[in-house]
Amino acid sequence: MNWIAKRSPPPLAAGGWGEGAAQTRVAPPPPIPPDQVRSRLLPRREGVSFRPSPWLISWFQLSPLSLVLLVLFALPTMLFLVVSFFDYDRVGIYPAFLLDNYRELLTTPTTLRVYISSLKFAVVVWAITLFLGFNIAWFLIFHIRSATTRTVLFLLCAIPFWTSGIIRTIAWIPFLGRNGAFNTILQSLDITSQPLTFLLFSDFAVVVTYVHLFTLLMVGPIANSMAKIDPALLEAARDAGASRWRTMVDVVIPLSKTGIALGSILVFTQVMGDYFVVKQMSGGQSASIVSMLSTEIQAMQYPPASANAMVLVVFVAIMVGCMMRIVDVRKELVK
Amino acid sequence: MDARSEIELVAVSKRFGATMAVSGVSLRIPGASYCCLLGPSGCGKTTTLRMIAGHEAATDGDILIGGQNVTLLPPIRRGTAMMFQSYALFPHLNCLDNVAFSLKMRGVRKAERHASAREYLALVHMEQYGERLPSQLSGGQQQRVALARALITRPRVLLLDEPLSALDPFLRTRVREELKRLQRELGITFIHVTHSQDEAMAMADLMVVMEEGEIRQSGPPRDIFERPTNAFIARFIGGHNVLPTERGLIAIRADRCRLAGAPGAGPCVSGHIAAVEYQGAMVRVALATDAGEEASALLPDNDFYAHPVSPGDAATLMWSERDAHVLADA
Repeated sequence: MNWIAKRSPPPLAAGGWGEGAAQTRVAPPPPIPPDQVRSRLLPRREGVSFRPSPWLISWFQLSPLSLVLLVLFALPTMLFLVVSFFDYDRVGIYPAFLLDNYRELLTTPTTLRVYISSLKFAVVVWAITLFLGFNIAWFLIFHIRSATTRTVLFLLCAIPFWTSGIIRTIAWIPFLGRNGAFNTILQSLDITSQPLTFLLFSDFAVVVTYVHLFTLLMVGPIANSMAKIDPALLEAARDAGASRWRTMVDVVIPLSKTGIALGSILVFTQVMGDYFVVKQMSGGQSASIVSMLSTEIQAMQYPPASANAMVLVVFVAIMVGCMMRIVDVRKELVK
Repeated sequence: MDARSEIELVAVSKRFGATMAVSGVSLRIPGASYCCLLGPSGCGKTTTLRMIAGHEAATDGDILIGGQNVTLLPPIRRGTAMMFQSYALFPHLNCLDNVAFSLKMRGVRKAERHASAREYLALVHMEQYGERLPSQLSGGQQQRVALARALITRPRVLLLDEPLSALDPFLRTRVREELKRLQRELGITFIHVTHSQDEAMAMADLMVVMEEGEIRQSGPPRDIFERPTNAFIARFIGGHNVLPTERGLIAIRADRCRLAGAPGAGPCVSGHIAAVEYQGAMVRVALATDAGEEASALLPDNDFYAHPVSPGDAATLMWSERDAHVLADA
């Protein structure tokens, strides 16, 4: 009970505050007897007997997510890794430790071509969604003053996501097709005489669809970063003579780089892992990594498919790792 | 020198939607002076400051600095610099780059702008913190950096938005002295927005009291304290009793009032003691008058303890006629 005594105020110094004041003429209350202190401070709690240690509680809180990740992510990945070394023929797969699946994959020219094609899409789509996403986020955060309007506009961005990505992909076909809405409009306005054929079943169509599907993945994280920027910083920059452009380059972009990195990772991994859009919109002219993989699965060649999947996972992980090196996302997220 | 930093507001108004934040404010602030805009929150003082800074466009009226109409100019071409209430230091730049920011915008080379920034950091005694990020500094240190960043543009007018509100009371007094010293040494005009009358009276050469978007009274602090023009001013700057008499509303300084047990010669009002506050050198005795008014007397501690009173005691508040000051209606 010693600590109680330490907490009582120090005796008043002569001539200090309160000396001779009206209030101090009242006698100070008698000290509480030590044996009563505890019961006065804490109401006695009956029936609380079990108190798990904080260590146990932390593990308990972590366990649901850990379980989900372990069962649905770690175990399947381990399975792929194991199977990727197996032997196979037309009727089955056989446990073995062969590097043939990887050797074959990495020496076929097709692999390189498909990776380059996917990377090309990823870079083009990343650049376009970054430009659009940054500007949309900028507009929503700094130009919309009313919180209600901002929420409504965010909802407008998000509502298309209530429809499945497949439907939104297919919806472009009647719009971009040879006799589709866009060509009809162009021709009826006498802008073109012939229908434009590059619109559908082309790389152009693939990029348009990707941009449509993934721009919101950029808007979200960037808007989140921008919302943390104190608007006074923009005024401070203007006060110091910065033009709008310099404010953007020297203040806004450095402060939104976490959002930019997160959005980039989301868009990049989505494009690299895509299967449906390339298949539907390129008209068979482009292949994606996953479509290569799916061909193998349909032929029941599970070991090479597993090897293919492992290479894709490692490749994307390295790319994401590089992006994380540029911006320390974890450090920034903690702030 | 002085004329360059003279400011004139001519019927300046600011409307936000349907509300008038500032209506028809006219004011002349002499060059090289320390001006405090004082008022309760929402009185338009910050909006006025932001209009002078160029961060808010005036709906109506003109703003002149050094005889030049700057109403439509951007901040950097007005020769003003602003120190923000939140300091608004760039969190991703270290102190040196924060201070050098405006030089970077002007295209000054790195070595040169860093040398200059070091000088200004030294001016505010922060030279050893150049490499730190703002988040690694205390509030008071951040404020010094913000001050250096504002001064490096060599402004004619420095605008300070509630610069002391985030500091603890001891630091506040020190920063007060330091700001005043800087203003004298630089010979430029400081405009300081505050809601604290103590701060305004301690610092201002020119004190401007605002309410509801209008200037209620402006002048040297002593003039305003001795001759408040209306009840709002008298109550807002504190230390006054506002009492109704047959001559109309009057203001009497609380430190010119005395307490007595019963009415004597001269003007007085009776009631009972509501509270006794010991303040060190003085004791403030709050009185509820029989008419339901609140009044107080600030008594030197010796006088009080010669005849101490306690809450609940009957008492009479007395003053002499020459200390009473008749107020305009309001």
